[in-house]
Amino acid sequence: MLSLQPRATPSRLMSYLSPVLAVLLTTMCGAILFTLLGKNPIAGLSVFFWEPIKNVRGWTEIGVKCTPLILCALGYAMCYRSAVMSIGAEGMLLAGAMAAGATALALDQGSGGGGGALTLIVAAGVLGGMGWAAITALLRDRFNTSEILVSLMLVYVAELLLSYLVSGPLRNPMGFNFPQSRLFSSGFLLPTLIPTTRLNLGFILALLATLAAWIFMSKSFAGFRLQVGGMAPLAARYAGFSQRRALWTTLLVSGGAAGLAGAIETVGVVGQLTQSMSPGYGFAAIIVAYVGRLQPVGILFSSFVMALFYIGGELAQSRLGLPNAITGVFQGMLLFFLLGADVLVANRLRWRA
Amino acid sequence: MPTRLTLRHITKHYPAVVANDSVDLVVQPGEIHAILGENGAGKSTLMKIIYGAVKPDAGEVIWNGVPVHIASPAAARQLGIAMVFQHFSLFDTLTVTENIALGLPVDTKLDALAQRIATTATQYGLELEPQRHVHTLSVGERQRVEIVRALLTNPQLLILDEPTSVLTPQAVEKLFDTLRRLAAEGCSILYISHKLDEIRALCHTCTVMRAGRVTGVCDPRQESAAGLSRMMIGGDLPVVTAASRRPGALVLEAFHLSLEKNHPFATALVDVSFRLHAGEILGVAGISGNGQQELLAALSGEDTRVAPDAVLLDGKAIGGLNAAQRRNLGLAFVPEERLGRGAVPEMSLASNVLLSHQSDATIRFGMVRTGAIDAIAATIIDRFRVKAGGPAALARSLSGGNLQKFIVGREILSRPRVLLVAQPTWGVDVGAAAQIRAELIALRDAGCAVLVISEELDELFEITDRLVVIAKGRMRAAVATAEATVEQIGLWMSGLEDGSAGEAVMAGNNDNGEDPLHA
Repeated sequence: MLSLQPRATPSRLMSYLSPVLAVLLTTMCGAILFTLLGKNPIAGLSVFFWEPIKNVRGWTEIGVKCTPLILCALGYAMCYRSAVMSIGAEGMLLAGAMAAGATALALDQGSGGGGGALTLIVAAGVLGGMGWAAITALLRDRFNTSEILVSLMLVYVAELLLSYLVSGPLRNPMGFNFPQSRLFSSGFLLPTLIPTTRLNLGFILALLATLAAWIFMSKSFAGFRLQVGGMAPLAARYAGFSQRRALWTTLLVSGGAAGLAGAIETVGVVGQLTQSMSPGYGFAAIIVAYVGRLQPVGILFSSFVMALFYIGGELAQSRLGLPNAITGVFQGMLLFFLLGADVLVANRLRWRA
Repeated sequence: MPTRLTLRHITKHYPAVVANDSVDLVVQPGEIHAILGENGAGKSTLMKIIYGAVKPDAGEVIWNGVPVHIASPAAARQLGIAMVFQHFSLFDTLTVTENIALGLPVDTKLDALAQRIATTATQYGLELEPQRHVHTLSVGERQRVEIVRALLTNPQLLILDEPTSVLTPQAVEKLFDTLRRLAAEGCSILYISHKLDEIRALCHTCTVMRAGRVTGVCDPRQESAAGLSRMMIGGDLPVVTAASRRPGALVLEAFHLSLEKNHPFATALVDVSFRLHAGEILGVAGISGNGQQELLAALSGEDTRVAPDAVLLDGKAIGGLNAAQRRNLGLAFVPEERLGRGAVPEMSLASNVLLSHQSDATIRFGMVRTGAIDAIAATIIDRFRVKAGGPAALARSLSGGNLQKFIVGREILSRPRVLLVAQPTWGVDVGAAAQIRAELIALRDAGCAVLVISEELDELFEITDRLVVIAKGRMRAAVATAEATVEQIGLWMSGLEDGSAGEAVMAGNNDNGEDPLHA
């Protein structure tokens, strides 16, 4: 029988290399997958790893996809390092999108807009995400419910709520009954960084959030308190750090970040509210957070890989005639190999009779 | 007649250290054999080799005259070797009975086993409730589970690693009677300890180890404690003298402190009152699990459920303040568990400084001042002679004694007016223990009020000025240490004196901490 034996001192280097290893193994298995599907593996891989980055437009699209992934993953990283196991950033993102979209629709009378209005809209998105996260925090705090289950179930509530809003109260009256809102007028859209592309101010906000998260987690006393709570709850109590405060802080901050991502998607990328504001960014960000080793800088890199998978998956549909599910397959393989590599970094495999 | 156990040239290398270097050991049937040595001398590794938990790199093991390879603890148990580990191997979520059943054949009936556990426990004076979950047990109670587990297997060789630290003197005597009876029945006993008096009272033979080698074999009954100690550490111990002083002003007071259980197997505190003055060391004696954990949590601010005015610091009600707020008022605290409570194992020593030093000196504008905490960690390492790689070393990389020195040093360096210390020298080698005790006395002499909760009576008698006893969540009146006897304190610890709990309540009520009732 095979058994796992903990290693006395797991290699620090290998724990940082395991995401790289996971990407390599995912690539290899991707090639095998393409072969089995009757596609040329070189052509298949180039759709994922070359096509998206071969011109400026490709890079801007990667930036567009990275933005929500980074924001959600930063929130997850903070939660996980504090042992608050939220998996519901998707719901918080949608709540942010709804709040931002509703605010935009209320303000947008066909003209005007600009910095003030956009600030309001983005703030509404942040508050929306925080409000959604607050439900999870409240239930955990008051009734000791599992934040894993509550945050996950609230994702489905958010999806249904969005679906209701765009087919009811917020539906475009001139929209032939499509479940969509009006398109926002130009003054209510985030300014683009490069003309004619979709890359917008949101990407800069995501980079600033990364910097802020890095400073918070590695330099601030508040970040230190959270991590002590995550690593050793008894030590946190010994030091006088409040666990309740940690719960609320992490969930509200991660909700705010996800809500910001939702606002950016709404007024930066999509330009209206629709039924599908996110292709699962809030879930993919869990993988991004772990592949990035729960470190803000690592998350920058891993969000890039995940963005490649998103764009590659779209291209694989049009170029190779493969189903869109290929994106999910790549995401799944990446997480699987990462977890596998981590287990083997921490343990050695032994054969036992 | 063959020897029960002979080891020849046992050698075990670990990366960077030689844990055992050509160790020889001979144990006769029915012999109580002491293994004496400081922490890190290689005693535990040697015992794990005998118990099959560690494979030696070289050397021979001969069991009852037959060379054997003990491949696993299961194989060792088959041979008739049982061990009580210093670090317990119990599953928190299982009951005492279920834990013990794990080492027995699969078809063991739990009901019958629970009965046997209760019988054995009573027989050897080890109070134990078979149906309790292990996570609710204190350190001392967990050790009792291990001892009973070992005794249930009717072993031919019983290995005990520091077994007496959680027992009252009377219970130690009882255990010694048990061990002597076991030995008389032919069971050999390997007794690991650094309590010299116990070894001299109990053991027939003593093998002394230092730095992985055997440095001597002797008959401890023929040696003085000082002689044994010299063999063990290769020098003389610093002498701690507790000069009695006139205590200063009242600093910390517990006043009719009562606390409900927060889980079914906790000990409720009932009407605990005592006073702690500047410049004195007050000792709290008691068998583990009698409310010490709960009392500490209530005093430190880890548990804030008590009435606000049940804990008074300088007359100010602090019962509702958390640990950080109490620290700001000058209260410092060394907990029983070092890793995971007193220090975060995965964090550097410098980061661990922040657990108790939270002031303008270490935090500015909400940001951690890295230079400042590094400097504090370096000062602690230097001043308290902590063996560590430096401020960046992870807490878990330190040995128990060194980490304890670091934590005690960290708390002393915060210049507290009150220091609460739980089990200051639990699992710490004799050198470090002597140093820690000397530091506590120096702190008292500097005017700090010190409260020491310990399960080691010797320690309390050595360093405290006054003693209180806690039994079943109630506190016994304070007595001057100089006027107390081990027998009297031991009797109070058992909570059986006069056979009534009412007496303990009265004592608690009358404790004004100034005129000892039992002088």
